[in-house]
Amino acid sequence: MNSILTSKWTKVLVFLICLVPLGVLIREALTGGLGSNPTQFLEHATGDWTLRFVAITLAVTPLRKILRLPQLIRFRRMFGLFAFFYGCCHFSVYLTFDQIFDLHGIWADVLKRRYITVGFTGFVLMIPLALTSTAGWIRRMGGRRWAMLHRAIYLTAIAGVIHYYWLVKSDIHLPLEYAAVMAILLGWRVYDHYSKPPRHMPASIPARKEQTTVAPD
Amino acid sequence: MFVKRSQDLKYSDVTPRDIYMNRRKFLYGLGLAGGLALAGESLADLVSPSNRAYASTKLQGMSGSPYSTTEKVTPEQVVTTYNNYYEFGTEKGDPAKNAQKFVTSPWTVSVEGECAKPRKYSMDEILKLAPLEERIYRHRCVEAWSIVVPWIGYSFNTIAKLAEPNSNARYVAFESYFDRKQMPLWGRAGIELPYVEGLRMDEAMHPLTLLCFGMYGETLPNQDGAPVRMVIPWKYGFKSIKSMVKIKFVKDQPPTTWNITNAHEYGFYSNVNPHVDHPRWSQAREVRLPGFFKNTPTQMFNGYSDQVASLYNGMDLKKNY
Repeated sequence: MNSILTSKWTKVLVFLICLVPLGVLIREALTGGLGSNPTQFLEHATGDWTLRFVAITLAVTPLRKILRLPQLIRFRRMFGLFAFFYGCCHFSVYLTFDQIFDLHGIWADVLKRRYITVGFTGFVLMIPLALTSTAGWIRRMGGRRWAMLHRAIYLTAIAGVIHYYWLVKSDIHLPLEYAAVMAILLGWRVYDHYSKPPRHMPASIPARKEQTTVAPD
Repeated sequence: MFVKRSQDLKYSDVTPRDIYMNRRKFLYGLGLAGGLALAGESLADLVSPSNRAYASTKLQGMSGSPYSTTEKVTPEQVVTTYNNYYEFGTEKGDPAKNAQKFVTSPWTVSVEGECAKPRKYSMDEILKLAPLEERIYRHRCVEAWSIVVPWIGYSFNTIAKLAEPNSNARYVAFESYFDRKQMPLWGRAGIELPYVEGLRMDEAMHPLTLLCFGMYGETLPNQDGAPVRMVIPWKYGFKSIKSMVKIKFVKDQPPTTWNITNAHEYGFYSNVNPHVDHPRWSQAREVRLPGFFKNTPTQMFNGYSDQVASLYNGMDLKKNY
């Protein structure tokens, strides 16, 4: 198991798997498979995958601890960056097809429409996380401050779910499913925090070249 | 393919969808009914069923209408696969999948309330009340997408006048069919059912207001509101109730489903209006399906101002959204 998790090829494979949703969308776009309202299809698909990758990213630490597989941390940065990537796709679809590059219109939407306000906030919060996701930035910031900053992903998760909840017309089942997943992932952290004596700090984890020490649990 | 079709087609002649869709039942039906009076056209149709996913029965003999737009008609595929019909699921593709077995025959529409001649109509009777017209209307959803649909029907005021509404009839209330058994996803709809809608009397009697039985030359597919629906082209789509079973003349403004669900966002009038935004999104532009870009400017009253603006003289349309 360890050798699988630490293999460079596993990482490549996971990377390719993370690209599958994009590949499917491109294939559908080329074959006319986006349905009657292609823009809405793209908005929903990219929004879904953003939320899913945020959830996957947040699941790494609990799984690492529960399954006692610390090596899982190798994949967290990639998952987080994919969350940001699909968030960028989501925003780009809105920018291109919905607003047709009308930056004033977007800003008016952000100010006026609360589901866009909160969704945009969640997206913008990911930008500094993506920029500081490298090992170099962890060193520069120091593990503790870096970890503090990267707890912003919790806010992104909450903002993303509220964004979804506020935009549906009446059927709130899907947003509630995401809310339940995020609640479990965030609730586990609260439980973990209060159920244990003081934990080791990130810095104590042996560093690997590509490991991103630690971060928000 | 229908090569020719007698003009006096009855609604009950419609081949039930499950038979139409199921080859074994076709053959079984042929065996049973082979010696009976199966019309030649029907046989031909059974032998080479059309490729369409939702085969309906052709409606013929309808005339054009001066109310029709000359804009490009939306591909039928879009109109039959992208539907808001929450009784059959809240995703746009759900109704096309889940409404296939919906039983629409026999069907009765009750006309009742504040009128001298209330009565129940079968679909056969309704279809014969007036010559059928094809009306190509713009259809604008409150969700900021739009389509252009060649509906088939006649002005709603035809059936309304026959009932002789009295002076108490200030509004018309409409009700959709609702059946938990046939609509198992109803619990997820998030709206109260049965679906109800309403119009002010003058709106209902306006010739643009269509009692509709078909589109694209055929009877309505289930997901589009078979067998009979309303079409009010200057209002957001949710005002145009589907699969209607009741028409009731009433004195007071009737409750309407989306208004009950969220009065802040959906008013009784719900006229298409680019100047009054939905609280959560702009109504200034729309995406004409199946396009990508939301670059079609939304028109006041969905482009039917000349016909209907006078109905709202002196009204504050920001308040009466």
